[in-house]
Amino acid sequence: MIEIKDLHKSYKMGSNSLHVLKGINFSVEEGELVAIMGSSGSGKSTLLNILGMLDELDEGSYTLDNVPIKDLNETKAAQYRNKFLGFIFQSFNLINYKSALENVALPLYYQRVGRKERQEKALKYLEQVGLKEWATHLPSELSGGQKQRVAIARAMAAEPKVLLADEPTGALDSTTSYEVMDLIQKINDAGNTILVVTHEEDIAQMCKRIVHLKDGVIVEDKKVKQVRASEYV
Amino acid sequence: MFSIDTWKEILKTIQKNKLRTFLTGFTVALGIFIYVTLYGMGNGLNNTFMKFFGDDATNIFRIYPSQTTIPFGGYKAKRQIEFKNEDLDDIAKEFAPLLEYITPQIRRGAFVTYKEKSDNYTTRAIAPGMQFAEKTIMMKGRYINAKDIRDRTKYAVIGRMVEKDLFQGKESLGEYIDIGGSAFKVVGVFQDDGGDNEERYIYLPFTTRQLIEGNNDKIGQVTLAFNEAIGYSGAMKFQRNLNEFIRKKKVISPNDPRGIYIENVADNLKQNQQFASVLKIIISGIAFAVIISGILGISNIMVFVVKERTKEIGIRKAMGATPKIIISTILLESIFITAIFGFIGMVLGIMTLNSIQGKVLEDDYFITNPSINSGTAIFVTILLVICGALAAYVPAKRAARIKPIVALRDE
Ligand SMILES: Nc1ncnc2c1ncn2[C@@H]1O[C@H](COP(=O)(O)OP(=O)(O)O)[C@@H](O)[C@H]1O
Ligand SMILES: [Mg+2]
Repeated sequence: MIEIKDLHKSYKMGSNSLHVLKGINFSVEEGELVAIMGSSGSGKSTLLNILGMLDELDEGSYTLDNVPIKDLNETKAAQYRNKFLGFIFQSFNLINYKSALENVALPLYYQRVGRKERQEKALKYLEQVGLKEWATHLPSELSGGQKQRVAIARAMAAEPKVLLADEPTGALDSTTSYEVMDLIQKINDAGNTILVVTHEEDIAQMCKRIVHLKDGVIVEDKKVKQVRASEYV
Repeated sequence: MFSIDTWKEILKTIQKNKLRTFLTGFTVALGIFIYVTLYGMGNGLNNTFMKFFGDDATNIFRIYPSQTTIPFGGYKAKRQIEFKNEDLDDIAKEFAPLLEYITPQIRRGAFVTYKEKSDNYTTRAIAPGMQFAEKTIMMKGRYINAKDIRDRTKYAVIGRMVEKDLFQGKESLGEYIDIGGSAFKVVGVFQDDGGDNEERYIYLPFTTRQLIEGNNDKIGQVTLAFNEAIGYSGAMKFQRNLNEFIRKKKVISPNDPRGIYIENVADNLKQNQQFASVLKIIISGIAFAVIISGILGISNIMVFVVKERTKEIGIRKAMGATPKIIISTILLESIFITAIFGFIGMVLGIMTLNSIQGKVLEDDYFITNPSINSGTAIFVTILLVICGALAAYVPAKRAARIKPIVALRDE
């Protein structure tokens, strides 16, 4: 599903250049649930943003679902993002003046799904994350956990090939974190490929594989026995 | 691009950002409103000039006699110049090829009575040419004609208001009215675009007036019309020659500022039209500046709007919005707001113009019928909408180009 070869990325700041990713090689199969771990500043988000086509790589190759991701203009990148990827952010990134339902329906709008079908689908995914009753509420009327569940429903709505979650539990307390992880595990159980960036060990243990980043390279890549989040809720 | 969904999305955004919408809309509406009212006022001023000078023929001179101020040719100063019948004939003979008609005018106030009704009116004793000079329109009957002049008939042509006041709706033609002690038969009733006061005159044959006043041959003022084919410069030359001719004939110093005065209606009109059009240009300039500042206002707001929405744009991009969609949404939003509020401003402006029309404005500020033709108003509104869209395009394009990761980081 995802194949990355010899990926390099540096940030230029004036005359200085910060080499963040220094040759990453890694691939992800369909249906995997991968945790990307590492200390703060180790380049986890940078990697995930490149995978999400929100940022560009400097060197190396990236193939997503057998499509080489290379020299994309903004329009193509937007179309690929819409077709292949769902995003879950630490700070939720919901549009504050749109209701939960409208937020979930947004990717479908950009997929040119008809209005009625859009509503139905959005409602279906809201139901899956247990927020059907909150459909008409604005994000400001929801708790942190609820907001993240809306964001997950939104990421799911477009039925992407891969879900990318950058510290999805970073802004949540542990109980809520486990609820969100429980949801992510269930989505994965249904066959979806998911990458979760985290620096919390317990969250990482709830995935099926842990990739450890340090100083811009992968220092460890191991399969783990998944801890079910439902045991904690 | 123009699907119902797009509009729903835009309406939703507008609805949820009322203050911003209001600020943009207010700027646009105010700009158009000020433009429309200013432009209308400019037109009103112009109308006033046209009204002052537009109800009489323009190819005419009026010659007014007065007292001399310089001793000349053996005469003392302070001599009252008077025109006589022979002066009229001499002018007509001298300038025959240029003349269209020539008429004297002897003005006298008179107490006029018909049965129990009576009032004071101004009578103008004239020749038939006066009808053309004053652009008098006959409602019924006829004007004073050449036969009246020759036979010194006691016929009168009365204004619409005279008939209305004296006859109270009854038929006036063929009736006799008493003018200053003499009975005159009404042979015609006229109207005049110059207004009610112009319709309170009574026209009489000038020869009849002379007969009444002791069979003299004095004529008050002379009005003459020249052939329009001589053009503006021809008219100016004619005026000079005429002035010279009369001064020689009546023995008036060429340097005397008084003695006679020739009013050149064409020249007056031209000067006043120039003045009016300069005024109009100034007003249009101000109005245009208002529109420009409106456009600058919109661009400022749009820059602010786009900046404020950077993060939202980042989110939308992450969800799959292409740059084209981002730009067109922002543009349509801007067009929608400017069009609606521009229209409101336009309508309010036109309504204001309509409601401020009236006597006070006309008498005190020389503004008659302030108005803007709808074509101009719509053109300016569309211009503002297009400029608003252009103003929005620059920041929209920039926003669409910004990398989603940068936009998402924006707080
Ligand atoms: N846009 C940027 N410009 C410059 N430096 C950046 C930028 N984004 C991230 N960095 C730097 O790159 C390094 C890795 O950042 P990041 O990928 O966000 O780390 P993590 O998510 O693992 O905490 C950090 O040192 C960070 O300061
Ligand atoms: Mg990070």
